[in-house]
Amino acid sequence: MKRPPRPVFLAPAGYRRKRLRDAAYLLPLLGVVLLLIPLLWTPSDDVGGVGNAASLLFVFGVWAGLIALAFVLSLVLGPNAEGAETRDDLP
Amino acid sequence: MILTFNVLIGVSLGYVAMLFAVAFAADRRARTGQERWLRSPLVYTLSLSIYCTAWTFYGAVGYAARSGLEYLTIYLGPSLVVVGWWWILRKLVRIGRTQRITSIADLVSSRFGKSSVIGAIVTLIAVAGVTPYIALQLQSIALTFAAFTEGLGGGPADVDYVALWTALGLAVFTIVFGTRNLDPSERHHGIVMAIAVEAVVKLVALLAVGVFVVWGLGGGVPGILRRIDAAPIPMWSGDGGRWVGLLFLSAAAFLTLPRMFHVLVVENDDDRHLAVASWAFPLYVLVISLFVVPIAVVGLERLPGGSNPDLFVLALPISEGHGGLALLAFLGGFSSATSMVMVATIALATMVSNHIVAPLWLSVRGPVEVARDLRGTILLARRASVVGVLGLGYVYFQLTGAGVALSAIGLIAFAGVAQILPAMLGGIFWRGGTAIGAGTGLLLGAAVWIWTLFLPSFGTAVIPAEVMARGPFGIGWLRPDALFGIEGVDPLLHAVIWSLLLNAGSFTLVSLLTFPKPLERLQGVQFVNVFEQSGPARTWSRSGAEVEDLLVLAQRVLGGEAALGLFQSEAEGQGKSGHLPDPTPAFLQRLERELAGSVGAAAAHALVGQLVQGPGVSVEDLMAVADEAAQILEYSARLEAKSAEQDRTARALREANDKLTQLARQKDAFLSRISHELRTPMTSIRSFSSLLGEEGLGEDDARRFARIVEAEAQRMTRLLDDLLDLSVLRDGQVSLKRREGLLSEVIDRAILSAGAMHGSLRIVREPASEAVPVVTDLDRLAQVFINLVSNARKYCDAERPELRISVRRRRGQVIVDFADNGSGIPAPEREVIFESFARLSGRRAGQSEPTGAGLGLAICREVMARLGGSIAYLPGQGGAAFRVAFPQGHAAAAE
Amino acid sequence: MGRRLLLIEDEPNIIEALSFILTRDGWTVHTHADGATAAARVKSGAPEVVVLDAMLPGRSGFDILRDLRADPATAQVPVLMLTARGQDKDRDLALRLGATQYMTKPFANAEVVAEVRRLAGG
Repeated sequence: MKRPPRPVFLAPAGYRRKRLRDAAYLLPLLGVVLLLIPLLWTPSDDVGGVGNAASLLFVFGVWAGLIALAFVLSLVLGPNAEGAETRDDLP
Repeated sequence: MILTFNVLIGVSLGYVAMLFAVAFAADRRARTGQERWLRSPLVYTLSLSIYCTAWTFYGAVGYAARSGLEYLTIYLGPSLVVVGWWWILRKLVRIGRTQRITSIADLVSSRFGKSSVIGAIVTLIAVAGVTPYIALQLQSIALTFAAFTEGLGGGPADVDYVALWTALGLAVFTIVFGTRNLDPSERHHGIVMAIAVEAVVKLVALLAVGVFVVWGLGGGVPGILRRIDAAPIPMWSGDGGRWVGLLFLSAAAFLTLPRMFHVLVVENDDDRHLAVASWAFPLYVLVISLFVVPIAVVGLERLPGGSNPDLFVLALPISEGHGGLALLAFLGGFSSATSMVMVATIALATMVSNHIVAPLWLSVRGPVEVARDLRGTILLARRASVVGVLGLGYVYFQLTGAGVALSAIGLIAFAGVAQILPAMLGGIFWRGGTAIGAGTGLLLGAAVWIWTLFLPSFGTAVIPAEVMARGPFGIGWLRPDALFGIEGVDPLLHAVIWSLLLNAGSFTLVSLLTFPKPLERLQGVQFVNVFEQSGPARTWSRSGAEVEDLLVLAQRVLGGEAALGLFQSEAEGQGKSGHLPDPTPAFLQRLERELAGSVGAAAAHALVGQLVQGPGVSVEDLMAVADEAAQILEYSARLEAKSAEQDRTARALREANDKLTQLARQKDAFLSRISHELRTPMTSIRSFSSLLGEEGLGEDDARRFARIVEAEAQRMTRLLDDLLDLSVLRDGQVSLKRREGLLSEVIDRAILSAGAMHGSLRIVREPASEAVPVVTDLDRLAQVFINLVSNARKYCDAERPELRISVRRRRGQVIVDFADNGSGIPAPEREVIFESFARLSGRRAGQSEPTGAGLGLAICREVMARLGGSIAYLPGQGGAAFRVAFPQGHAAAAE
Repeated sequence: MGRRLLLIEDEPNIIEALSFILTRDGWTVHTHADGATAAARVKSGAPEVVVLDAMLPGRSGFDILRDLRADPATAQVPVLMLTARGQDKDRDLALRLGATQYMTKPFANAEVVAEVRRLAGG
């Protein structure tokens, strides 16, 4: 069996969807990077350490941001989730 | 409101009764086909919230009071996994559905060549990991009762009883709603609905307490932020290792906890629900953990020193005199605990019955007895496992007492189940993983976890202080808290790092060094390339299986109706009529998958394998799929679909053609048979009447001959009547006299007319199911029944002949089965019994009466066709069995 | 003891009729109703004449006839074939397979007796 020829460039709609899938793969990585920022902080009980409330607000802020992005992505990708996909979509 | 111990008990019981009602109503709705709204993305997301157990509800505040921000890792890890659903969850869900996965043990076992050993290892790890977790839930319920009863007159003895009764009640609930179906892919609508309701209750309860604390006690948002800044607990401790480690551990546990896998994968029925859950679930856990720090800070401020921070959620409303709010908080905690225990026990019970009991059962029983009562055994095992798992949890609770912090127990469980992660991820992303590698990794990781974390959690009673300080037998580098001499690491991190490192390392190394069996490679491709499969790869190549044996097996595992339905639909798909499809490799594959939905992949494979006999997968078969890249192509899928369709059409055409030539031949044969059937009585009549005309015949002889002449003349009349009847039916000239009547009365009449009341034939009936009002031609229906009953009376050759008549209704159709316990009708003759004059070969020994003309079943078939129904031979019932089906008529609407 | 005749037939009333008229004619009539074991019975019983029905349970009369003719021990036994189907192709088939005589049901009593006598004499 041989692979059928595949177009090198995709139509805009397909292109857009592909890039959104890329975004879906990247989103958790973004979350991990942002949640590793506390590693740089000085402990809260040290002098000049990050404030209790500030640290709390930062983490919840990152969290809420991720949820918002995931919501946007789910609107586009959700209806698509059932379909089979081509090899290109694999990481 | 005055809260007493009894009020508390009463409220709890009322709440449980409400859950029963919800679960019952959901099950009922699902059974009547109204399951759409039961299965919305919202319900799916809410069901995921069993991640938030009593540990979240009470323990998170305690955790925050002790370690600040760290409690958030427990919710951030899963949030990252769900937000990144495109990576792992989407694949797990798809694999779960295509492979009919029943549990996480089933997933890993199925991936590694449907190995029952791997399944058993994962099951044992899960039981060891989850037992403390269940104990934690019982402990939280007992603790909250204690908090309430302090000063309310209840003694500590009562509290122990509370834990015991809670465990018993949960066992009953889980058995009733969780182990009624055997096929988990039929899903537990009742349970899922109940936990969705509980998800709302616990969220509302925690929010109510939070709102009360922030606006009632803390002085609004600015006030509470000031208090947090001034609190004695540092939010960020600076321990980056624990922060990263716990993020990873909670993410891992979210995927590998049996209950999470159950709701995420097994109960999922639409990939698209994941998209909604990807933001809704993180939102849920964000909201539920929003007020944790405020509650902790205000609790530390207001409650007397030394209060257990695990109980702040409850203690704050109580100490402020808000009984109603306290009660709501109590119910929230109760919800968290009960929903977790229910799903966890279902998941564990499924694993124990499928991966420990079923393989044992199969190895003890010989191949002949295989699957006899398997369904009953599995269900029984599942129920016993529910009780067993809850019992273990209760024992663990009794052993450890109420002294340990809730979050500590939870993390031990997380680390335990995380041992499944390397095998699971390696299995779905890497084709090179082998069963031996996975087994090695699992065992090594579990051993390290038990040694460094699980056993030390029992304190010095299990591992003496001597061993903790110097290692077993004085071997220093084996000290539970300092493996290989690396000291000073946080004990939890120490255990997690070493166990997962050795686990993943040995899995990879051994996999690289060993060679997988064919089935492992095949399953590897199926799992890793789940999105690219053009169709299911064939696990079975050739088959020496008797389809009827397969049907008997399927009936024992899936239940009679489901199995017959499956076989019938497959036969239809193959373009055949009747209940028996050809045992094609594709069908065997489908059957095995259906069975796997009930008993797990390993047991299903073994069961089918014992009947099929031929080699499952050979190296040549593998070569066919070896070039997996080629297999991926979408267009080949289309081609395959097309050629399958052509096959179907060709088959249908061939069958039609066969039928036509057969009809022509049959017409000839029919005339010749009529000639024969008429000439036979005519022969006797001519011969005897000629003798009667002679002189010198004895008087006795003459009388006997005259009687024979009369009997044979009657036989001819009957035959002519039948022929006429048949021809009228075939021409469609018959006018039906539709009347309303009770099916049971028609059956009564048939049994009476067939003369079966006094014979040796025992007739077994189910009066309750027979009370069906029907509108049809009752006389014609009775005619069919009479035929079937008198056939059984004449031909059933069992020592104690028995005819079982069972009635059931399905979608406006009434289905009546007549099954006897004789030797049945041999397969080749089943095709012809409904043809005219198809008398079966040979009379049974000792049979004296003349047989009918062989028109009976042919007439039955015509009658049923006129009534808009059908009659068919039902294979695989032990004896001869016929199924009569016909529309119930207008009476169905009048009900 | 008269001369032995084996009647292979499964209809009780026809057996009764044939037994009656043939016994009266001086034959000792043995009967056998099962097609599957009929050929063996002919071999062991060594009758002078066989009257064979075409439609039998277990094995058809034509097959039995073929078996009889294939076995040297029974190849020469006179066989009167009876059939109720009365089609020409059945007659042709019976004669081709080596039936000595062929009759359709219903038969006249006298004809049967005469045929059997003729077969035994010849």
